[in-house]
Amino acid sequence: MIRSTLNRIIGMLVVMALVVTIVFVIVRVTPGDPAAVMLGPDATPADIASLRERLGLNASIPEQFMSYVAGILRGDFGRSIFLNQPVTQALLQRAEPTFFLTIFSLAIATLIALPVGVLSAYLRGSIFDQVATAIAMFAASIPSFWLGLVFMQIFAVQFGWFDSSGYGGPGANFGERMHHLVLPAVTLGLISSALITRFTRASMLDVLNDDYVRTARSKGMSEWRVVTKHALKNALIPILTVIGLTAALLISGAIVTETVFGLPGVGNLIVSAVLRRDYPVIQGALLVVAGLYVLVNFAIDMLYLIVDPRVRY
Amino acid sequence: MSAIAPAAFREPNLLQKLATRPAAMAGLTILVIMIALALLAPWLSPYDPAKLAVRDRMQGPSLLHLFGTDDLGRDVLTRVLYSGRTSITVGFAVVIFASIIGVFLGLMAGFFRRLDTPVSRLIDAMMAFPDILLAIALVAALGASATNVVIALGTVYAPRLARVVRASTLVIRELPYVEAARALGVPTPVILVRHVLRNVTSPLLVQATFIFANAILAEAGLSFLGVGISPDIPTWGTMISVGRQYLEQAPWIMWFPGGAIIVTVLSLQLVGDGLRDFLDPRLAKDV
Repeated sequence: MIRSTLNRIIGMLVVMALVVTIVFVIVRVTPGDPAAVMLGPDATPADIASLRERLGLNASIPEQFMSYVAGILRGDFGRSIFLNQPVTQALLQRAEPTFFLTIFSLAIATLIALPVGVLSAYLRGSIFDQVATAIAMFAASIPSFWLGLVFMQIFAVQFGWFDSSGYGGPGANFGERMHHLVLPAVTLGLISSALITRFTRASMLDVLNDDYVRTARSKGMSEWRVVTKHALKNALIPILTVIGLTAALLISGAIVTETVFGLPGVGNLIVSAVLRRDYPVIQGALLVVAGLYVLVNFAIDMLYLIVDPRVRY
Repeated sequence: MSAIAPAAFREPNLLQKLATRPAAMAGLTILVIMIALALLAPWLSPYDPAKLAVRDRMQGPSLLHLFGTDDLGRDVLTRVLYSGRTSITVGFAVVIFASIIGVFLGLMAGFFRRLDTPVSRLIDAMMAFPDILLAIALVAALGASATNVVIALGTVYAPRLARVVRASTLVIRELPYVEAARALGVPTPVILVRHVLRNVTSPLLVQATFIFANAILAEAGLSFLGVGISPDIPTWGTMISVGRQYLEQAPWIMWFPGGAIIVTVLSLQLVGDGLRDFLDPRLAKDV
């Protein structure tokens, strides 16, 4: 177990190092001078030279990389060019809507997907199973931004139940802010539920025919207990994996959804940064999101080790 | 002499196999129709997709304009058909680009033991980035254009294909016919192409179909955000982006391109599912 944990930690550190390298390289593949690209066509040579100095672009590539890595290790992700504030601060200031949007979407997706997926597998081949599978496939084909706009048109424009955009303004209390998250969370949650439903169904199908499930049935155990206590418990690890990874991927979905609903979150920050070519913010956001994904992956692997002692890395 | 010869067994081809699955066949039919509609757009529609007719702006669906007109009076149906050309072409180009990189990386990692760990770690690192986020960052660095969108999305999806190819290659490289080819002195590149690559095409094709679907969704997302293909070129994503501004007055501007995306992506998913069922049965129960 200790050896497996160490192996996994080393693996995670190697992947993180590669993630940092990829993020560093991305800005350097910009054709031409990144400083000139960031400042746009109206920038003077003096402005460009000043920004090059500020971003450390005059140093050699290895020196730039070392200083970049040293900064990350200190928790310094650089400074936003347009917001004129540290990237960490910009990300933290916009973390609340993204955090709650992710949590609510995941909750909605799980609440829909778990029962539907379990029932689908249990009633394999039935009308319910076929309809649920078809709906899951249909949901996976819908662009999240389009569904968001459709919901906005129906529930905000037509019925007036929700505001069509924003996060309630500066003085809004917590309840008002959360009210603004209902439509975006339902949008993301519905689309994410498609993947979790299909995974839940597949995992349950794997275990429903296993010997221990048959044994439980032959002992006269009720179907409810057979499904929840024996089958679902064993199918839960792969399902948890998908739920965990969906959480990390929801941040990606949040980028588009926040833009649709005008939420001032990390996703919106990233899109604005891309449109303004604010590379330090893009780099910082990439690092944080990819880092979260690697950590979630690591946590899931550790969970496997704890739950199933046969697993080795 | 008897005229009766033993009937030779012929393996059904891909289309015949697909025909045994109604859902997959329906998907393929819809996909072919969508591609045909996009290709035949100039002959199908009497309207110019770019011609402004401000007097006809934001007219609802009617017999004259089946999908209505947009904010500049252009026929929405015509623009949906023309946009299909860009969106489907970009999706297909992404699959080709991703396949070239993914197959190369997967073959290297799966066939050469020394390369396995570094290439696999690189694949893991690439897959740590959410699709859209990495694509946005790459387009931001390379500049917004159709070619760069293809490069960005191709780079994003290549690791998925590499993983599939690597997994299959690991199995194939240990098979007796590969060992026999090695023992006969067949050069490694020939073994890779003739014996390994030919046998990884099934899982590759299945995965490529799903990547095609994802690429169409991702391209639409990038165009919608305004960080993808130039807004002057009609794509389903840019059409929805325009329609978003007129949700109240003319919601049809964004309904129909969204519908076109859903129909195309759904058809690809149905085809992918069907292909997976008989080309890669090990994965048939997974998502």
